[in-house]
Amino acid sequence: MRFSMKLISALGAIVLALTGVTVQADTPKAGGTLIMSVGGTPRHLNPAVQSGIATGAPGAQLFATLVRFDDQWNAHPYLAKSWDVSDDSRTVTFQLVEGATFHDGKPITSSDVAFSIKIIKENHPFKTMFGAVESVETPDANTAVFKLSQPHPALMLALSSQLGSIIPEHIYGDGQDPKKHPRNSENVVGSGPFKFVEFVRDQHIILERNENFFIEGRPYLDKIVMRIIKDPSARSLGRENGEIYMSAFESLAQDIMHAKGISHLTATDQGYAAIGPIFWYAFNTKKEPLSDVRVRQAIAYAIDRDFLMNAISQGTTKAAYTGIHPDSIFHEPNVEHYDLDLDKANAILDDAGYARGSDGMRFPLTVDFGWPGAKPNAEYLKPQLKKIGIDIEVRTSAGFPAWAKTVSNWEFDITTDVVFNWGDPVIGVHRTYLCDNAKKGVIWSNTQRYCNEEVDALLAKAGQENDQGKRVAYYSEAQKLIAQDVPIYFTESLPYHTIYNHTKVGNPPNTIWGTCAPMDEVYLKN
Amino acid sequence: MQFFIATVKRAGFGLVLLVAVLALNFVLMHIAPGDVADTIAQDAGGLDAEVMEQIRIDYGLDLPLWQQMAKYFWGVAQLDLGYSFYYNEPVTKLILEKLPATLLLVISAQVLSIFLGVMLGVMAARKPTGMTSHFVTVLSLVGYAAPVFWTGIMLIILFAVMVPIFPIGSMVDVSVEREGIAYAMDVLRHLVLPAVTLGSIFLALYSRLSRASMLDVLGSDYVRTAQAKGLSEFQVVYKHALRNALLPVVTTVGLVMSGIVSGAVLVETVFSWPGLGTLAVQSIIARDTPTILGILFFSSLVVVVANLLTDMVYRIIDPRIKTSGGSNL
Repeated sequence: MRFSMKLISALGAIVLALTGVTVQADTPKAGGTLIMSVGGTPRHLNPAVQSGIATGAPGAQLFATLVRFDDQWNAHPYLAKSWDVSDDSRTVTFQLVEGATFHDGKPITSSDVAFSIKIIKENHPFKTMFGAVESVETPDANTAVFKLSQPHPALMLALSSQLGSIIPEHIYGDGQDPKKHPRNSENVVGSGPFKFVEFVRDQHIILERNENFFIEGRPYLDKIVMRIIKDPSARSLGRENGEIYMSAFESLAQDIMHAKGISHLTATDQGYAAIGPIFWYAFNTKKEPLSDVRVRQAIAYAIDRDFLMNAISQGTTKAAYTGIHPDSIFHEPNVEHYDLDLDKANAILDDAGYARGSDGMRFPLTVDFGWPGAKPNAEYLKPQLKKIGIDIEVRTSAGFPAWAKTVSNWEFDITTDVVFNWGDPVIGVHRTYLCDNAKKGVIWSNTQRYCNEEVDALLAKAGQENDQGKRVAYYSEAQKLIAQDVPIYFTESLPYHTIYNHTKVGNPPNTIWGTCAPMDEVYLKN
Repeated sequence: MQFFIATVKRAGFGLVLLVAVLALNFVLMHIAPGDVADTIAQDAGGLDAEVMEQIRIDYGLDLPLWQQMAKYFWGVAQLDLGYSFYYNEPVTKLILEKLPATLLLVISAQVLSIFLGVMLGVMAARKPTGMTSHFVTVLSLVGYAAPVFWTGIMLIILFAVMVPIFPIGSMVDVSVEREGIAYAMDVLRHLVLPAVTLGSIFLALYSRLSRASMLDVLGSDYVRTAQAKGLSEFQVVYKHALRNALLPVVTTVGLVMSGIVSGAVLVETVFSWPGLGTLAVQSIIARDTPTILGILFFSSLVVVVANLLTDMVYRIIDPRIKTSGGSNL
C-alpha cells in the first residue's frame, strides 16, 4: 500500500509538471467509462502467446503479472506480494497474494504461474525472456520457485506487464494449441483489474471493472471502451471534439503538435521507456563498400541528427545515440555522436580511396524503409549524402512483408526503421548485435551481420549480472564499441505520445509500460 | 425457356470466371514478396527463427505452390473458404461479420445518390442553361473531383467538431447500451456522414448521367408527340421521358454495385466503418491469402448477382428489351 501512495503522488507530480498548472492534486474517485482509441485490431487478446502493443494494451488489463514497474524502473509487488533471490542468484521465490481469483472465481495458484511460464516459454516470440528459467516449482499453492540455469537480471521485467501474463490453467490447459485457442478472443477469463465484455474486430474492445480484483478498492474505472480507429486524423478529431478521452502510441508529429495547441488536451511522451522505440539507419556490414567501417563513419558524420529532429519530427523526439532507448537506465549518452561534419566525412572517404568520379559521385547505394513513417528519413539521405559524393537510390517496398523479405535476406545497403527495446536489453537489444543471431529470413535479427567478439562477450556478461552498477558498466562499454563500429547509426526516439483530455482523465498511465500496464489507478474526473 | 438457358449459360461463364479470378490471385499473392510470417513478426515486434519456421509449416507455406493451390481449391469445392492465417478465424465468419456493415453503407449511399442525383439531373435538363443546371454541373464536378477521404474529413470537421451533431466515426456508440429503436437510431446517426461522403461521388455521376440522357430524350419525337397530345408537363417528363432516360443510370448502378468492396475502402477507413473494404486492405498488406481470396469470392458473387438484377430491372423499365441470349454479358 505504501508504494502505491508513493506512485500516485509521483504521478500527480508529473501531471502537475506537465500541465504547468498549480492545482490541488485530485483524490481519485471511482466510477465512469474511459473511452480511449487504439490504432489497430489485435490478432487476439492473450499476451502470453502474442507480443506487440496491440495485444499488450487490453492484455495488461485482462491479465495480471507477478510484478509491476513504476515510472523509474523499480519493480513493485503485484500478484506476487514479495520475493526472495537466493545468494547464488539461481533461485527466485515468489509469494503470491492470498485469495486472488481469476475472473470466473477460481483461485490463482502457483500452479497457474508454473503453467503460464511454460506456455510463454514455448509460444511467446521472445525466447530470451525465460530462456534461463529451467523450472518453476510449486511447494504450496501460494509459493512459486523459479530455478534458473544462470543469473537472469531480465527476469523481473519479463514477469511484468504484457510479457509475463498469468493465465488460467483450467482454461488454456485443455490440450488445444494456445496460439489458436478460441478463448484468446472470446469469453476471455483473466486475472487482471478488468474483465472481458466484448471484442469486435475493427470496432472496439470493451472491458469492465473486476469487482473481485485482489487490490482492495481498485480499479477506479467501471469500464474501459477501446475504440479501434485506424485513421490518425479521425482519432485526432475525436480527441478534439471530446469523444475520445485518451489515445496512446500517437507518433505523427503533426497530431502531437496539434494536440499541444488544444486547451483540454495534454500530450506526454512518458510511458514508452520500456517499449523503447528508436529510429535507426542500419548498414549491411558484409557488403562492399559498407563493409569498410570508414565508409559507415563517413555516412554517420554526413547525417544531420538535428535536422531530422527539428524539421521532420518537429521537436517531438529525443536524441538517441545508441540502441538503448534514452529513457532507459542503461542508455550511455557519452559515445561518439557523429555530429554533422561534412568536411570530415569527405576527408574520410578521400583517405579511404573512394575518389569522386567525373560526375562528382564516389559510389551508389540504395536505401530501403520499412513503413510509411520512415519514408522522410529515407528520402532525406538522397540530397544529404550527395554532398559527400554518394549517389542514393530510395527504394519503396510493397508493404512491410516485402521490405522484411529484402532486409532479412541481406539484399540491402542501408535501411531505415524503428526497433523496440522491449523492456530489458536482453529481450530487445542483444538480438541486434549477437554474432550468432545473424539469421537469414528473420526480420529484426542481426540483419546487419555485425560481429564483434568483444561486444558479444560484454552483452553475455551483462545478461547474467544481477548487480545493477556492473550491468550499467558492461552496457556502457558495449555501446561505446558499437558506436565506434557503426553497424547502425542511431538518430532519435520514435515520438510515441499519450494524448489525453486532462479535464477528464486522472492518473494517466505514465509508468515505463504506459497503457500496456494495468490501468487500475486511472480514474475519471467528473 | 430462352431466359432460363441464358441464365444457366451466364452462371456457367460466371463459374469459370470465378475459378480464373481465384487462381490468378492465388498466384499474385504468392509472387508478392514476403509472407504472413513476416506480418506476424511485425505485430509481435520480432520473432525467433524457429517460431517463423513453425508458422510457415503450420500454414502450409512451405509446400510447393501447386500443392497449396490444390488444397485451397479442394476446400472451396466443398464450400470451405479456409482459415485466416492472420486472424486465426474461419474466413467465412470474418466476411459475414463485415458484410452487413458494408451493405448498409453502400446501399444507403446508393439510394441517397440515385434519388437525389436523378432529381437534380432532371431539374437541370429541363432548363439546360438555367441556374439549376449550372449549379448541378458545378456540384457534380466538385463532388466527383474531390478525393473522398478529403470530403469525409471535411464533413467530420464541420459536423462532428465545429457543430458536433454527428459522431466522428464507428457504427455504434458502445459507451451506452441501447436496444431496439434507440439502437437503430444510433446506427442511423453514425451512418449519415459516411453515407453522404460515399454518396457524393455517386451523386455526381448520376446527376450528370441523367441530365445528359434526359436532354437527349427530351428532344425526341415521342416527347414532342406527348406534348402535342396535351399531356401535362409532369406526365411528359416523369412518365414518358424519364423512363427512357433511366436506362444508362441503371447500367451504371449495376457497374458501381459490383465494385462494392473497393469503392468503400477509403470511406470505411476515414469513418472507422467496420466493413469489408478495411478487411480486404488489411489482408492484402498482411499477405493473408485465404481471407483475400474469400473476399474476392464474395465480390465475384456480388458482380454476378448485380448483373442479373440489372438485367431484370432493364426488362421492367423497358419492355422493348427481350431476352437475347446473354449478348450483353
